[in-house]
Amino acid sequence: MSSKRELIISKIRDGVVIDHIPTGRALLVLRLLGISGREGFRVALVMNVESRKLGTKDIVKIEGRELTKDELNLVALVAPTATVNIIRDYEVVSKFKVAIPDVIEGLLKCKNPRCITNQQREPVRSRFRVLSREPLKLVCDYCGTIHELNDIERYFGLT
Amino acid sequence: MTWFNRDVIGVLDFGREDFEVLFSEALNMEKYAKSRLDLLGDKVLALAFFEPSTRTRLSFETAMLRLGGRVIGFSGTEATSMTKGENLADTIRMLDAYANAIVIRHSLEGAAKFAAEIAESPVINAGDGSQNHPTQAMLDLYTIWREFKVIDDLSIGILGDLRYARVVNSLIQALSYYRVKLHLISPELLRPRQELVEFMNSRNMKYDWTDDPYGVINDLDVLYVVRIQRERFPDPMEYEKVKGAYKVTPKLIERGKPSLVILHPLPRVDEIDFAVDNMPQARYFKQASLGVPLRMALLKLVLAGDKS
Ligand SMILES: [Zn+2]
Repeated sequence: MSSKRELIISKIRDGVVIDHIPTGRALLVLRLLGISGREGFRVALVMNVESRKLGTKDIVKIEGRELTKDELNLVALVAPTATVNIIRDYEVVSKFKVAIPDVIEGLLKCKNPRCITNQQREPVRSRFRVLSREPLKLVCDYCGTIHELNDIERYFGLT
Repeated sequence: MTWFNRDVIGVLDFGREDFEVLFSEALNMEKYAKSRLDLLGDKVLALAFFEPSTRTRLSFETAMLRLGGRVIGFSGTEATSMTKGENLADTIRMLDAYANAIVIRHSLEGAAKFAAEIAESPVINAGDGSQNHPTQAMLDLYTIWREFKVIDDLSIGILGDLRYARVVNSLIQALSYYRVKLHLISPELLRPRQELVEFMNSRNMKYDWTDDPYGVINDLDVLYVVRIQRERFPDPMEYEKVKGAYKVTPKLIERGKPSLVILHPLPRVDEIDFAVDNMPQARYFKQASLGVPLRMALLKLVLAGDKS
């Protein structure tokens, strides 16, 4: 029988471990990465584990799916403390702290109802540029509306 | 950067040097604004006015005709019947196939930028949403430059709806390339929105805000007036109250410098007293008449390049 400790650190062969996610946001991280669980690859969620840095944290492990650094950096929108470990053949081949990318395409929705990106019938994806990281400010590339952290949290249902 | 084949979506895509090229071209075009210059005889300009705007449309149309080019397009309600529920992207693709450049006016914000991403031909924004109206801002700047020979070091008051008027946004963006002092004058409810305030701060612009035009009038070189719309006020009583306080009258103008220049993007409703029209400070009709040579210059630069 595996111990609790082994459950948490059990190794994956090829994939990604996203660590130091603020407690309660693991599911959100998956949603943000576009992973529903129905895709067929293995996903492990560990929630509310002790963390020296955060008190408690969540961890997400995704096995058998390559994610680009740009995709993974989007995690910073909801989990700015997260660190990413890329695993190949049981070894950590790269490790980085997520950082919000300069341009965020197709993920968020502009809060301005008059924005062209909110028109159902137009072939257009949302696009935001980072105006400032601290405090977080994103600007819609089409209509210029500024989005702050609370807008983004509202978008992900966090407030 | 050259103007040739370039989209004209927002003033911030351009800089001071681009404006200088445009202004000297416009000055040259003033000679032909009532005659004809056969520069664009082989070109067709599409005017896609999804939202009506008679002045802007006619000035583009006149500019193209004076340059010897041709115009196709639609305006206002024609847009709905013509496009028959087709989306913007498809309409733009059609116009892109017919014309050498597309002028677009649309009520949705970001529509012009989106159109420019779809079309291969250059797209000129004639106003989208409440944010951008670059050719009006270029005209405003050109008029100021014509009046004073410079734009730097002027004190410019912008009076009226600073929150929703699209020309205000574009004008302030354009002025950010110059060393000006801005006095923003509006009722509390119509103060500039956060985006604009942050923009002015990020560009280190010198500005202040007041709700009292009488307090700043004697400091101004330029008074730029925009309309305050009744619809912006949840309480009609509130509108009636501010309407009078922001009306430009001879009494207000007499307190300013004799060299004051009053501008307005037009059409005007009643925000400038008709009695002001005869004062030497009134320059808004002149400003409107410069719309044709300015747009001639713009079309020439975009469609034929900087060489004459
Ligand atoms: Zn937007």
